[in-house]
Amino acid sequence: MSVTASSDLNVGVPAINWQSDDMKSRRKRRYAADRRLQAYGLVAIIFALGFLAILISSLIYTGNSAFTQSVAKIEIDLSTGGIDRTKLADADWRGVVRGALRAQLPGLSRSDERKYFEMFTSSGQFILRDAVVADPSRLDRKSTFVIPLADPFDQLAKGQVSRDTPEAQRRVTDKQIGMFDQLVSKGIVSRPFNWALFFNADSRFPELAGLAGAISGSFWSLLVCFVISFPVGIAAAIYLEEFAPKNKLTDLIEVNINNLAAVPSVVFGLLGLAVFLGWFGMPRSAPIVGGLVLSLMTLPTLIIVTRVSLKSVPSSIREAALGVGASKHEAIFHHILPLAMPTIMTGAIISLARALGESAPLLLIGMNAFITSPPDGVFEASTALPTQIFMWADSPERGFVARTSAAILVLLGFLVLMNGIAIFLRQRFERRW
Amino acid sequence: MSGYLLAFLALAALSMAYIGNSRAKATHKAAVGKVHSRPIYHGLNVAIWTAVPAFVLLLVWLVFQSTIVNQLVLAGIPGSENFDPSASSILMSEVRQVASGNLFKEPSPEVKAAAAHYQSLQGIAAYLMAAAVAVAAAIGAFFGLKVIGSRYRARHSVELSVTLFMMFSSLLAILITLGIVFSLVFEAFHFFTKVPFTEFLFGLRWEPQIAMRADQVAGQGAFGVIPVLYGTFLISAIAMIVAVPTGILSAIFLTEYSHPKFRAVVKPLLEILAGVPTVVYGFFAVLTVAPAIRDLGFALGFEASPNSALAAGAVMGVMIIPFISSLSDDAFAAVPRAMREGSYALGATKGETIRKVLLPAALPGIVGGVLLALSRAVGETMIVVMAAGLIAKLTLNPLDAVTTVTVQIVTLLIGDAEFDNPKTLAAFALGLVLFIVTLILNLIALHTVRKYREKY
Repeated sequence: MSVTASSDLNVGVPAINWQSDDMKSRRKRRYAADRRLQAYGLVAIIFALGFLAILISSLIYTGNSAFTQSVAKIEIDLSTGGIDRTKLADADWRGVVRGALRAQLPGLSRSDERKYFEMFTSSGQFILRDAVVADPSRLDRKSTFVIPLADPFDQLAKGQVSRDTPEAQRRVTDKQIGMFDQLVSKGIVSRPFNWALFFNADSRFPELAGLAGAISGSFWSLLVCFVISFPVGIAAAIYLEEFAPKNKLTDLIEVNINNLAAVPSVVFGLLGLAVFLGWFGMPRSAPIVGGLVLSLMTLPTLIIVTRVSLKSVPSSIREAALGVGASKHEAIFHHILPLAMPTIMTGAIISLARALGESAPLLLIGMNAFITSPPDGVFEASTALPTQIFMWADSPERGFVARTSAAILVLLGFLVLMNGIAIFLRQRFERRW
Repeated sequence: MSGYLLAFLALAALSMAYIGNSRAKATHKAAVGKVHSRPIYHGLNVAIWTAVPAFVLLLVWLVFQSTIVNQLVLAGIPGSENFDPSASSILMSEVRQVASGNLFKEPSPEVKAAAAHYQSLQGIAAYLMAAAVAVAAAIGAFFGLKVIGSRYRARHSVELSVTLFMMFSSLLAILITLGIVFSLVFEAFHFFTKVPFTEFLFGLRWEPQIAMRADQVAGQGAFGVIPVLYGTFLISAIAMIVAVPTGILSAIFLTEYSHPKFRAVVKPLLEILAGVPTVVYGFFAVLTVAPAIRDLGFALGFEASPNSALAAGAVMGVMIIPFISSLSDDAFAAVPRAMREGSYALGATKGETIRKVLLPAALPGIVGGVLLALSRAVGETMIVVMAAGLIAKLTLNPLDAVTTVTVQIVTLLIGDAEFDNPKTLAAFALGLVLFIVTLILNLIALHTVRKYREKY
């Protein structure tokens, strides 16, 4: 289309009046289309970020209550209890706990008493025993023991069980609510921070379940993963970047690495199950197998990251080192690698953070076992944080809903921490050439 | 035991490095004429000779020890020659349980004897291993120390070892792939000896709940992969319907319209979506999205299943948004400035430039990104394990529950370690299918992206 009809080239083309209403409305339409596209883009971003916000806030909303736990603080005088000091483990702790609880609300009938004992965790006897074993001087005096309330009453205390629902539809009876209110008015019930969430291992009872086993299992797995994938990944990257001849084999290796980085994680789990457990006979559910599988998964990413950061070191550094008589190895290990290290570390920490959140391969090698004590090493059966979340999410008890969210918040906390360290390293040490 | 041995090897290597270093210093001082390598290389050389052969020996030993001990123990049990492999593996696990002191019931005298035999063999094996590793380390150290001399090329020797390690490391990538392929093909082959290949590939029913014992009441079992694959693609399709427009539009907004400061804040926030562990998405899908969809469906008069394909697919789609967004971002950035500016010079608006110039030019890159994202959706596990169904169904209704390949793999294998029934082996056949499908998607995607990059 032309602007001036008088031009020789455009003889016969009708002149366009750009100010006509037709053209004005056409322009308007075009600009509206432009604005529409912009609006769609904004809506897309708002959708994605809104989802993120809903995700995080719903987790905080459901999870925050698990960071406190309702407990009863009960004073027990053990000096009169007739506990045999030589056989602490076999003493009648159950009787001691029940006696002390009975003293708080005396005069209950037998069936009421049973309902009353249901309000406290069923493992109160073990809590008492462990406390005394840890501090035997408690046998000589009156001391206060902290006994968690059972899950339904923890929720009652937190207001998650409404008193208005008909009695038949809730897990606590009206009578139990009456006894609970009596305990509250006596000042026995309190709600301190739930340290058990971090220092207890898994349990079938929500009020006792904690993440200690999962956190240490994840720690051991990541340690194995790091110890294997970090040196091997760097060595492979250096070889491919600096030494490898250009031939069919190295091309194949490169295509391979790119493909491995996109293989679904569950396939690595199958590999671990068939090879490490099936052929090598390694222990099931052990962090060593989990770490091995995770290291196979992180290796390709780590190699790619390391190669990029080796590439970013200018060749003048290498040439200067070679110029003063360093061997090729010396130039790389004394000069190029240290300069690339901050970027490599950043990449390594980010891939470890990915490995920390990975659960599918760990499920296949059995790291979703029910284990009530944290592992002492890489050969003992344990769970990991994401698999623990998966198990708790599957648990029917209502208390586990809040605990699952809380466990997710803990996992996200670790991820934020690791990524924060990575960003710090990048900003503090990374050089732009 | 092996932990102590590793510590011993590390300590031995360190001390040998020190000794080698000081010895080389002394020889260098006494040497007439030029010396070849710096003393530290002699030290490193001795350390490598001390630790590496012994370490390799330790690994090989650990791999073979349990098999050999099992064979010996089994041979010692009377009548074990007639056992089939699964019976003897059950027997061996019982023996191991008894040996480690986990008694569920009083074991039979044969098992007790075998357990004692097992324990004594384990003890002997541990001592033998320690002795062998120590001898290997000593021989290595002796050899390493012997060669120290002013003209010995210790640096070459060390560098050769390092190069060999690096070559081995890069070959590991191929070994991993081979390991994946072989383990999947091997177990899948076992599966196909029990279930015909054609039934697996073309069967329309997937009912793996077969009887584990002869007296159990269960279905006949059917292993047709079609409905499982169908469910996978239904959920992936829902995910892509959510993710593709959102990802591309957000990339357009961030690269073309937004202020750089806005971009600097929003882009990392979007990336967080990709960094959230999938188990978290799965929990969110179960806890929030699925009930919301159910309520919405109820309000509109639809019957929605509690684990509908829509919930799993939508949540998966959100997870994939950042992949598509950042890959489209790269594709837009790779379009030369001249094309964009040429379009502006002709009077096109920004929107017209994007739709008529940028999108067509960046299309191969975007398609590559979408294919990569699709492969991720197909292989995604935790969201569907938690939010999708277990029953394979051929349905078009997104509010119905369907199952996926990954869900079946996980449910078939959780809590099962014996590789002798079609149920567990089926998981490996499914794994093989999953591996092949994602491999093809990845190869096409990488090919598209690479081809497109050569264009400008």
